[in-house]
Amino acid sequence: MSIPENTTTTTQFLPDEQQLQKNIRRRNRQAKSWKYVFLFSIILAMFSLFMLFFSIIRQAFTYVVIYDQVNPATLSDKPLEDLSKEELGDIVETYYTGIRTGRNDIRTIVFQEVLGLTTSQQEAIADRERAKETVTVREIFEDKNKEYPSALADQSIIRLQVADYAAIIEENSDQSSLYDFVIEKVVQPLIVDSWPIDQYLFDRDTIDAEIADAEARLRLEKEDPTLKVTEPEFRSWIQWHLIVDTIDLSRPEDAGLRTAIIGSIWMIALTILFALPLGVGAAIYLEEYAAGGPIARIIQTNIDNLAGVPSIIYGILGLALFVRLLENVTSGSLFGFGSGDETANGRTILSASLTMALLILPVIIINAQEAIRAVPDSLRQASYGLGATKWQTVWNHVLPNAMPGILTGTILAISRAFGETAVLVVVGSITRITVDPSGPFSRFTVLPLQIFALITQPQAQFRNVAAAGILLLLAILLSLNAIAVILRNRFSKRAV
Amino acid sequence: MANQQVVTADQTPVVAPTAEAQIDLRKKMRLGETLVQAFLFFSGAVSILTSIAIVVVLGNEALLFFRTPTWHEIRDDNEKIVALAAEAEVEATTLTLPTGTGVKVPVNAKIRLDNEIMRVVSIEGDVVTVERGLEDTNRLTHPIGTHMQEEGDTISPIEFLTGTTWQPHIGKFGVLALVSATVTISLLAMAVALPLGVGAAIYLSEYASEDVRNKLKPILEVLAGVPTVVYGYFALTFITPILQGIIGKTNLGVYNMLSAGLVMGIMILPTIASMSEDALRAVPRSLREAAYGLGSTKLETSTKVVLPAGISGIVAAFILGISRAVGETMIVAIAAGARPYFTFNPLEAAETMTGHIVRISTGDLSRTTIDYNSLFAIGMTLFLVTLVLNIVSRQVATWLREEYD
Repeated sequence: MSIPENTTTTTQFLPDEQQLQKNIRRRNRQAKSWKYVFLFSIILAMFSLFMLFFSIIRQAFTYVVIYDQVNPATLSDKPLEDLSKEELGDIVETYYTGIRTGRNDIRTIVFQEVLGLTTSQQEAIADRERAKETVTVREIFEDKNKEYPSALADQSIIRLQVADYAAIIEENSDQSSLYDFVIEKVVQPLIVDSWPIDQYLFDRDTIDAEIADAEARLRLEKEDPTLKVTEPEFRSWIQWHLIVDTIDLSRPEDAGLRTAIIGSIWMIALTILFALPLGVGAAIYLEEYAAGGPIARIIQTNIDNLAGVPSIIYGILGLALFVRLLENVTSGSLFGFGSGDETANGRTILSASLTMALLILPVIIINAQEAIRAVPDSLRQASYGLGATKWQTVWNHVLPNAMPGILTGTILAISRAFGETAVLVVVGSITRITVDPSGPFSRFTVLPLQIFALITQPQAQFRNVAAAGILLLLAILLSLNAIAVILRNRFSKRAV
Repeated sequence: MANQQVVTADQTPVVAPTAEAQIDLRKKMRLGETLVQAFLFFSGAVSILTSIAIVVVLGNEALLFFRTPTWHEIRDDNEKIVALAAEAEVEATTLTLPTGTGVKVPVNAKIRLDNEIMRVVSIEGDVVTVERGLEDTNRLTHPIGTHMQEEGDTISPIEFLTGTTWQPHIGKFGVLALVSATVTISLLAMAVALPLGVGAAIYLSEYASEDVRNKLKPILEVLAGVPTVVYGYFALTFITPILQGIIGKTNLGVYNMLSAGLVMGIMILPTIASMSEDALRAVPRSLREAAYGLGSTKLETSTKVVLPAGISGIVAAFILGISRAVGETMIVAIAAGARPYFTFNPLEAAETMTGHIVRISTGDLSRTTIDYNSLFAIGMTLFLVTLVLNIVSRQVATWLREEYD
């Protein structure tokens, strides 16, 4: 009697078989569909990364239309590249004779590009001439080891005629370099507009319309109704001159990043010099000397907090502390450097490196601590057992074993410092600088900051230069990270 | 053995070592060791010094901001801005004003044109005689129409923290105008980063095989290592045109908070994903097994058992993400625009605290102006906000942590 009763009560709690199956199917379906939702989030993240790289690559390789400011056909009947050196020299001479400031222009070119004189050297020559002294062609050219037509040897270097300067240029170049010179200085091709490579492949109509617009605009501007721009041609913005030339914020096609690259290298080198000993020192202190003590706890909490402070705050700190308060030290005036117009008011590589060192210090410390902690205690015990002192133990046994880990952390910190922009904006490096930094007390700019400056330029083609610069920056950062990963892998294999 | 001992004793005529000549095993003062330890201590102390420097230097300069009087344009009886009626040359000691402006500047009051501070000596009709180049300011030529400014009150911290207008040229410094943009962009960023980050973390920790995980994680790390200036470029030249295509160019300008916020979300995503994944993987296997044993599906196990168990880490990641979004600079400086207006509309251009600091720093502001000093007040605000967020993040992680042993 009691058994059937029980059965009825249980069945009341359980849904009937069909319902149960339906429920399970629903739950399984739900589980399956949500799996794709989770998969979707990670795919979206990967996709963003892909798009990020794509957005930069498409701007670094573009199609451009060019307008020659002087039509090559008016210069010679033959194509320019077929002309001899003498004919090209004639073109240079005719061109500079034809323009009003031609003599000054070509003299400046000879001084700067043939002789490589600095502004102060040029002024020195001008001063001597003003003092009625003749600075001869022979003197300057032999000093710089350059060729000159012997007829000009005793003439004053600043009183030559256009034809003489053209002859000097001809003397100092071969056919191909003179051809490049004619293209750059006489023909002066100007990039009118550029389009990303994907747009060129898939959206020709818009491009054709834009070319027509640009042509019409140029015709109005130059008052030349027959003016034509070239057909779209492929242009890679990653070029050798990007690395070897200085920045030119008037012509995107000539803009180079040399000053910024050298600035970055200087800054990173000094930053490592400050941050590595301090960071490793702090890690050793925390792990080997004060481990577990109250001082270590305070410092540790403090480091964790500093790691979360936004980088721009460090920039403000650097501005107040290194640029303004310690201006005497960071501008180099205390040591007798940087007098005259070279002073940067404390906005120097030194200030930037000190600030950057403070910024990456927590990263270095935290990584070094982990590396030191991973060194087995038996090594320390063995060392102490042989009578070594604390520092001998640390220096001869702990540090060598922790080195790969410390290096990995340092490389990661460097790659952070390399890409850091906000700090240096505030500390105040200069973006229009064309003089290579010569030491810790120079004004400077760095690669990411130069990219920032290029992005904010009004002329659209600077974004193509920026894209090329970004590819350069990413290549450097990715190789740094790859080195770090390889080091870490080798290290972890050995530890096993 | 015995022989040998005898031999050695013979060879060394010296008597067996006495108590004094025995090796001293007591701890010795070693100068080298002490110096090294002092350097190591100093290295550790640098981080403390950095914190102190941030607080002292920023606080000090911020105080200066609150002590410096503001300047605002002088208005006549008809509420029109008073401007010069004739050019004032470098050497001139008189300023000519438009007739009948009825300006009431007291004699001996300080006025300012451009960045030059002057003192009013006398006023005769429309001609004001002044003493020029006060307080080490440079004497400049002021063209017709230069606005005349008088000294106003200092900014009180309350005014700074609660004001919604940021217009330095009329002496308004309400930081909320900048905070509104920071909040909008950070929330947008978190709206992207949190669901995607946690979703990615659940996939990596619960669904993906070890092999897939080991391949995907380094790619996420690449995303985290890209410099922010590159993200800014991505936002401005790629995302904004796409958004403009969807929403329409009339509704969305070249500079807007939407694009900056979305891209910032992508930037923070790896941080959130990686921290959340660590939290989820820390949940013991036994909990999952128990859930499966009760007949749960994988989804139910993940969302009803593992996720609540790892919530402390996820909340900590969320707060840390906000802190990073608040402090992020280059994306907003490039893509969000330079318009410090109080707005929460993501389609508009606006300037965040960090964006404003960048604009002040890249401009040609004189070091002594109050605009320049405002940089430190904003910096201090930013520092305190992120510090509190970081501390809360760590506390939350401790409070919500469930111990499984």
